[in-house]
Amino acid sequence: MGVEEQALAKLRERFPKLLLESGSVRPGVGRVKIDRKDLVEICFYLKEELGYEHLSCISAVDWRDRYECVYHFTRYSDGSMFQVNAIIPHDDPHIESLCKFWRSATYPERESYDLMGIVFDHQPDLRRILLPPDYRFFPLRKDFPQEVDRQYISRRKLKTGGV
Amino acid sequence: MAEFWVNMGPQHPMTHGLWNLRIKVDGETIVDAEPIIGYLHRGVEKISEVREFQKVIVLTDRLCYVSSITWSHAYCLAVEELMGIEIPERGKYLRVISLEIQRIASHLMWLAAFGADIGLLTMLLYALRERELFLDLIEIMAGLRLNSNYTRVGGVRNDVPADFEKSCQRVIAHFLKKLDEYEDMMENSKTFLMRTQGIGKLSKEDAINWGVTGPNLRGSGADVDLRRTIPYEVYDQIDWEPAIEKDCDCYARSIVRMREMRESCKIVLDALKKMPPGPYRMKPPRRAEGEAFRATEDSRGEALFYVAADGDDRPYRVKIRSPIFCTLAAVPQMMRGHKVADVVSIMGSIDICVGEIDK
Repeated sequence: MGVEEQALAKLRERFPKLLLESGSVRPGVGRVKIDRKDLVEICFYLKEELGYEHLSCISAVDWRDRYECVYHFTRYSDGSMFQVNAIIPHDDPHIESLCKFWRSATYPERESYDLMGIVFDHQPDLRRILLPPDYRFFPLRKDFPQEVDRQYISRRKLKTGGV
Repeated sequence: MAEFWVNMGPQHPMTHGLWNLRIKVDGETIVDAEPIIGYLHRGVEKISEVREFQKVIVLTDRLCYVSSITWSHAYCLAVEELMGIEIPERGKYLRVISLEIQRIASHLMWLAAFGADIGLLTMLLYALRERELFLDLIEIMAGLRLNSNYTRVGGVRNDVPADFEKSCQRVIAHFLKKLDEYEDMMENSKTFLMRTQGIGKLSKEDAINWGVTGPNLRGSGADVDLRRTIPYEVYDQIDWEPAIEKDCDCYARSIVRMREMRESCKIVLDALKKMPPGPYRMKPPRRAEGEAFRATEDSRGEALFYVAADGDDRPYRVKIRSPIFCTLAAVPQMMRGHKVADVVSIMGSIDICVGEIDK
């Protein structure tokens, strides 16, 4: 049993009802899918009990019918990583901040707010970081129009007439 | 004395690019600091969504002009993970060689800038002179010096010429002698020691909690090098040691980088010796579906690409985790209590690259 399977077994035992999906991505990397309201509880368990001390990355994805916040955690002692996908409804993009546990969450959370418009509750300093403070749009959302240059369109798409 | 804010930037020799550091000072002592970034935001993540997988490499090359191969390589690894392909063995070795040559070139650029920052102008001239040799090696491999477009999804663009090993050996033999000279220059310079030792302390626990990675984390005494902890390509078959220093200050961070250059030389020579013949590239599938991520050790820290796709020939979402973006969050912590003159050596020692911060 790999390290990620051990961690997943512990998680399944501790939170039998909260994991919507769980599985191993590749040796050393586990992945769970959860609802946004369980994020803090599960991430706290990952940090304190399972030893995933480093929050690598927070990525927000707009899947058109929902948002997903993807968290990557690293355990330095054996190099295993863990991915947590938190599902956020499309009409209410709020999620709890992880700044209490990882101070490294501050900047990535501000970036996700800036570009994707996810609001992190109880984040002490939620301001725009890359774009100007008076900017009114969230450019990484899929409904933000983007000019598609013709040379980027594949041949198949040109034939079928799609963009 | 009353406290007030001072803007160091957007145009200041310390910034190494275009960003602004606002510091709150009480006389000469720094009370608080706040980085202001975004001047160079080009929207790489958004542009990637309308380009095919292979064409995104042109953008990732331009994330950081000093270390373009490491960024393209991180992206290619993530896409290969997404497509589920395994590249040929020779391609992996060629990638390791190009990565390490790029790492040396990047660290030499840091050394040049850091030397000029803290008053060793000779270091600027010497380091840039030696960097040119490594850029020449990259030119032999890829045809271009800076934005080399060498790594491809599925391998590397082209094989190296037959006499490449000899060129590498000549450059590295010359460079190792010069590196001794640089270390002497640093260790015997009283200015350098006074401006770096005991400045910008960041303890190991703080560094991990703030998300600091790479040479800055190893300068704080943590035994973390993703080339070793999460081996990718063929780093587990090559004989090398990560550089770790325990002093947690600017001096430790600079010594880590100096030692890493030696290790990189070792890796290049070892990889050239062990490189098998055979194909160096394979044809990747055109479309992909699902999500994948890979973390690699960039010259500045942990570079992570998260790529999601919906079955099209273009990525649906590309997320770039920039190491220096996260390190910047820890800058106020490192600066509090120091003098204004120390800002320059602290920012120099963490090796800023604005292109990758602002994306």
